[in-house]
Amino acid sequence: MHENSRPSRRNMLFGGAVVAAGGLAAACTGNEPEETAAPAAQAGNAGGDNDKPGQKVTIGFSAPAADHGWIAAITKNAEAQAKRYSDVTFKPVEPTNDINQQISAVESLISAKVNALVLLPNDGEQLNQVARKAMDAGIPVVNLDRVFPDKLSYRTWIGGDNYGMGVAAGHYVGKRLKEKGVANPVIVEIQGIATLPLTQERSKGFADALKTFGFSVTAKQDAKFTVETGNQVASNLLQAHKKIDALWNHDDDQGVGVLAAVKQAGRKEFFMVGGAGSANAMREIKSGGVLEATVTYSPTMAGSALRVARLIAQGKGMGDLMEQQVPQSITLASETITRQNVDRYLPLGFES
Amino acid sequence: MTEAGIGPGKGVDDGPSGTRADAPGGGTEAGNGSGPGRGRLPWGRRNGANGATGGPGEIRHLGLVAALVLLALVGVVTQPDNFATSGNLVGILALAATIGVITVGMTFVIIGGGIDLSVGALMALASVWATTLATQSYGPVVMVVCAILVGTGAGLVNGMLIAYGRLVPFIATLAMLVAARGLAQRMSDRKTQLVRPENDAIEALSTTKVLGVPLVVFIFAAVAAAGWVLLNRTTFGRRTFAVGGNPEAARLAGINVRRQTLALYALSGLCCGIAAIIIMARTTTGSSTHGDLYELDAIAAVIIGGTLLTGGRGTLVGSILGVLVFTLITNLFILNGLQTSDQLIAKGVIIVIAVLLQRRGLRSPT
Repeated sequence: MHENSRPSRRNMLFGGAVVAAGGLAAACTGNEPEETAAPAAQAGNAGGDNDKPGQKVTIGFSAPAADHGWIAAITKNAEAQAKRYSDVTFKPVEPTNDINQQISAVESLISAKVNALVLLPNDGEQLNQVARKAMDAGIPVVNLDRVFPDKLSYRTWIGGDNYGMGVAAGHYVGKRLKEKGVANPVIVEIQGIATLPLTQERSKGFADALKTFGFSVTAKQDAKFTVETGNQVASNLLQAHKKIDALWNHDDDQGVGVLAAVKQAGRKEFFMVGGAGSANAMREIKSGGVLEATVTYSPTMAGSALRVARLIAQGKGMGDLMEQQVPQSITLASETITRQNVDRYLPLGFES
Repeated sequence: MTEAGIGPGKGVDDGPSGTRADAPGGGTEAGNGSGPGRGRLPWGRRNGANGATGGPGEIRHLGLVAALVLLALVGVVTQPDNFATSGNLVGILALAATIGVITVGMTFVIIGGGIDLSVGALMALASVWATTLATQSYGPVVMVVCAILVGTGAGLVNGMLIAYGRLVPFIATLAMLVAARGLAQRMSDRKTQLVRPENDAIEALSTTKVLGVPLVVFIFAAVAAAGWVLLNRTTFGRRTFAVGGNPEAARLAGINVRRQTLALYALSGLCCGIAAIIIMARTTTGSSTHGDLYELDAIAAVIIGGTLLTGGRGTLVGSILGVLVFTLITNLFILNGLQTSDQLIAKGVIIVIAVLLQRRGLRSPT
C-alpha cells in the first residue's frame, strides 16, 4: 500500500511540475523551460499519445478579474497550456468580478460556437444558468474550481479540495502540537471571505481534523483575501490572544499581511500554517520563521482544466485510466508543504 | 442660527463678516465696506456664533467621547485581560492611522463644501506607484516621495476638474476613483507588490517603536496636529470655512475660491499619499486592492464627527474621534470573536444614531 502510493504521488508531482514550467514559460519570455519540461510531460501521461496534435479545437475561457495572486495564476496557467498545443485556439474573454458581465461574456463565447468552455465562475450558483445554456447548445463546459450546483451545467468539474485543505492544515497543526506536548492549545484561524462555501468547507475540514487530536479552534475571524484585511484582522487577533500555539491562515495572499502583523507585534511563540502555496509563502517556509507550512490549492488546476477541455472536445480519454472518455469530476489533492519538501514545490509556487 | 448659505438674507449678512475674516489675510477692497475696522473681532464673533451652533458641537464631541468611554468599558468588562493593555490600545491607534490620515484630508474637503470619493483609490495608486520595481530600486526615500507626489498630483487633478473645469465634486472624484483604481491595477498587473527587503526602512515605520508606540502612530498624530493647526489657526483654515459656508460670499470677500478649492483637494490627495506610506509599512506591500471602500469609512467618520456634509462647519477633533470609534468597534468585535458582518451592522447603526443626535443638537438651542 505504502509502496504503491509513492510513485503515484511522484507522478502527480511531475505533472504539476510540467504545468508549472508552462506557467514559468509564460512568465519569462523564452520557450526554453518548456522545452526542458517536455520529456517530463511524456513521463507524466504514461502511455498516452494525447499530446500529439489532433483535431483543431477552439476553447473559450472565462475567469474572475485577476486582482489576487491565485486568480492571476489561474489565467496564466490556462494560457500557458493553450500555447503548448498547436491544435488549440484559446479564446479568453475579459476577466471580470461583475457577475452580470461574466454572464454576457460567456454568452458571447456560446454564440461564437467554441468547441469547449473552461469556466471559473465568480459564483457557481449565479453562473449556473448560462453554463447550462452552453451545455444545451452542445458545448461541453469544464467547470473550474467553484462548482455549479446543477450537474447538467457541466461536463467535467476539476478543482481543489477545500475540505481537504482544512484537513491537511488540521492534521499538521494537531500533529505538531501533540509532538510538542501542548495540552490545551490556543488555535486561531483566519479565514478568507466568510460567505463563500469554499471558506466554510475549509473551516469544517480544519475543525474535523483537529477533533481527531482532541483539539478545537479557539477563535476564528474572516478577512477578505487581501493583504490589508489580513493585516487588520491579524493585528486585532494577536491582541485578543496573548499566547497562541498555532495559527491557520486560509490564504497566502492575505498571509503577507498576516505575517507583517505578526512581525509588528513581535510575536514568535506560535507556528503558522498557510494556504494555497504561493511562492512568497514557500520562501518564508524555507527561511524558517513563524510560517512553518502551507497547504496547497494549486492554480495549476487551470492548466489541467484546459488540457481536459481539449481532450473532451477531441473526444479522447485520459491516459492511465481505463475509461474511453474524460471523467466527470477530478478533485486535486491538497498537499502539505513544509521545510522538508519546499524545494520540490517552489517551482509550482505562484507569485502573489 | 443656521448656515450662512441657507437664506440669501443670511448670505448678505454673512458677506461682510467673511470679509473681515479675510482681512488679516490681505483682502482689503471689500473690507472697508462695512463697519468696524477691527477685523478679527467680528470673525471671533462668528466663531462664537459657530460656537453657539458649535455649542452642540462640543456636546457632540462629548457624545463621541462618551461613546468611546462606553465602548472602552465594554472592552474592559468583556475582555479584562486583553483590552486595557498598552499593546492593544497602541494597536488600535496603529490600525486607525491609515484611515485617520485620510479622514483629516476628507474633513478639509467636506468643510470646504466638497466631497472626495477617490481617497481609497488614490491610496492604492500611490502605494502601487511607490512599490514599482523602478521606484523601489532607488530606495525608501524615493518611495516615500513618490507616494506623496502621486497622491498630491492626483488630488490636484481632482481640484482642477472641480475648481476650473466646473465639475461637480461628486462626479470628478467618482471619475478619479474609477480611473485611479484602474491605473493602479494596470501598473501592478493586478499583483501584490512586496516591499523589497533592501527597503526595510519602510517596514520599520510600523515595527520600530518609540516609547512602545510604532512610528506610524506618530505619523498619524503629526498629520492630525498639523491639520488642526491649519484648520483652526490659519487664514487657510478660515478660508476653508468661508468657501464651504457660502462660496459667493467668500468670493465677494476677496477669497480666491477656485484656488482654495484646488488646494483642498490637493491636501486630501497629500493625505492619501501619506496613508499609502502607512499601509506600505503595515502590510509590506503596495496593491491595487488597498483602501477598498475607505472613502465611505472616511466620510462616515467625518459625519459622525459632526461635520456638515453641506460644508461650512465642522471639526477635525470630531472626525478623529469618529475614526477611533470605528476602529474600537472592530477591535472589540474581534477580541470577542464576533464576525465582521455584525460589525458592519453596528457601524451602520452608529452612523444613523450619530446623525439623529446631531439634528437634535441643532434643533434644541433654537
